[in-house]
Amino acid sequence: MLLQAILRRTAVGIATLLVVSVLIFIGTSVLPGDVANIILGQMATPESLAALRAKLGLDEPAYVRYFIWLRDLLSGDLGFSKAGAGAGTVGTPISEMLAPRLVNTLRLAGVVAAIAVPISMALGLLAAMYPGTRLDRAVTFTTLGLISVPEFLVATFLVLVVAVHLGWLPATAYMSGNETGWKLAKALAMPTLTLVIVASSQIMRMTRATVLNVMSSPYIEMAILKGVPRKRIILRHALFNAIGPIVNVIALNLAYLVSGVVIVETIFSYPGLAKLMIDAVQTRDLPLVQACAMIFCFTYIILIFIADMASILSNPRLRHPK
Amino acid sequence: MADPIQTSGGTTQFEELPDAPPRRRMQLSWPGKLGVCMVVFWMVIVFIGPSISPYHEADILDEALFIVPGSDDLYPATDFQPPSKVAWLGTDYLGRDTLSRTLYGARTTIGISLASTLLAYLVGVTLGIAAAVGGMVLDSVLSRLNDAILSIPSIMLALVMIAAIGSTIPILIVLTGLIYAASVFRIARSLGLDVMVSDFVEAARVRGEGLWWIITREILPNVAMPMATDFGLRFVYIILFISSLSFLGLGVQPPQSDWGSMVRESLAGLPYGSIAPLVPALAIATLTIAINMIVDDVSAHAGGKLAKKMI
Repeated sequence: MLLQAILRRTAVGIATLLVVSVLIFIGTSVLPGDVANIILGQMATPESLAALRAKLGLDEPAYVRYFIWLRDLLSGDLGFSKAGAGAGTVGTPISEMLAPRLVNTLRLAGVVAAIAVPISMALGLLAAMYPGTRLDRAVTFTTLGLISVPEFLVATFLVLVVAVHLGWLPATAYMSGNETGWKLAKALAMPTLTLVIVASSQIMRMTRATVLNVMSSPYIEMAILKGVPRKRIILRHALFNAIGPIVNVIALNLAYLVSGVVIVETIFSYPGLAKLMIDAVQTRDLPLVQACAMIFCFTYIILIFIADMASILSNPRLRHPK
Repeated sequence: MADPIQTSGGTTQFEELPDAPPRRRMQLSWPGKLGVCMVVFWMVIVFIGPSISPYHEADILDEALFIVPGSDDLYPATDFQPPSKVAWLGTDYLGRDTLSRTLYGARTTIGISLASTLLAYLVGVTLGIAAAVGGMVLDSVLSRLNDAILSIPSIMLALVMIAAIGSTIPILIVLTGLIYAASVFRIARSLGLDVMVSDFVEAARVRGEGLWWIITREILPNVAMPMATDFGLRFVYIILFISSLSFLGLGVQPPQSDWGSMVRESLAGLPYGSIAPLVPALAIATLTIAINMIVDDVSAHAGGKLAKKMI
């Protein structure tokens, strides 16, 4: 039964990825002008264009090109850059441009997750354990404020306070790619801090809501009525039932980080994947946009999948969908 | 025949009975009232902003305005000026008045967001209710398509589309409206399904009422209140989304002022202590926090029924 549920979710995930790839392909192939034109530029003659188009498979109808694109994507061949955003030039293989950026973004996301998840879970849990207290009200109020302002406002204020007034850290994260130790930590500090604040306010709010929801269920009321101490109720009764939903919350919020990363990398000029994608959008480098979008959507769908799995594992009733 | 249970008429005979249900009146808490004041304030600015602003949004202030009397500096800098009598909230990176641009920007930002939200609602509610009443095939086709759209981060979808077709205000409105229609669809469908299986819809069907009558008289009134709360939240998300796109330079294009792009343009002034990027950022924050405070109040009143739908 469990295996069946997992298989079903996997199938749904793969189907979603296929639909996403179709959407991305359609979205980026409506623009006139093709790669052959751009690669040849001034040297384009009708014969060379036709030859290159045939070589690149551009003379095929759209659905054939889609399958070729998908096959190349699956085998790791992401094609060539049309405009050369970031470090590359026209015709640079996209996989070469992506690799260092991907490492940077994963490093940022990893550090953010490692800091944000424990802090926000602890605070969310504390707020839920003592509802109505000063701590709870402080957490609720601060997080409401933080989730209703744009990420770039948080980042702007942080730059103003930490970098301008206190002068502790640089305002932008210039990285050549071979920093180590202290220098790397300094470059990562501001983007990390911003993302930690943005992500943890979401996780805190949802953790608090989840635990409070569990705390209002009949069996907790039963435990209270029969006189089980408060600590024991939370640690033995509530927490186990809240773990599934909380993992769900964490996975969802890490997925939500995808859009936060776009903004934060732009503000701090952090050389990550999202910055590369924004540059690609501005120069209309469509193959690069396609590749970046596929990576982000893939990550997002994987995280949603993990969230789904967590709720299935923690709640046996979900294993038999109606 | 009028329904005697509903108290909206105000003077049904049951209301005078001692065990009549108490009239449910909205009682806003003080954050809620503050929120209403802020939202009303910005709505007024949307209408009268351009006529009360001291300069035009694209005006680059003349150097002559900044000459300090008695000083021999005839060509003073006009960019990133601190607040003064000439420009109450200082100037931006080109020497334009921040206050005027914020007042003009209210119209652009709120206008685009409101138009997108309305479009999202028009599409989302129509298709959502259609899926709820339209039977299995329509429902599953629409729902699968919706799931696919929801599984792409909205900013990615927007970036891909903007890369392909460019960014003008109508494109921005349609794109945002369609992206957010997906989440409206989900809520409208689930609320609609709840109402469809209720006894009074059953009764209406047995009575022989048509589908259109059921939709307009039973379903829409019953989903209106939760949808109104959701409208507020969705509006906040869309304001943040549009501002973020503008902040990335992919939303509203210069010289038109928009709060998100204003923050981006003047970000360089931050290290010199200019408040130019902070004013529009605070404008966004006051509006979105105010709407959230109202929504919090209303959904506490509605009893958290909505919260469950939206997870």
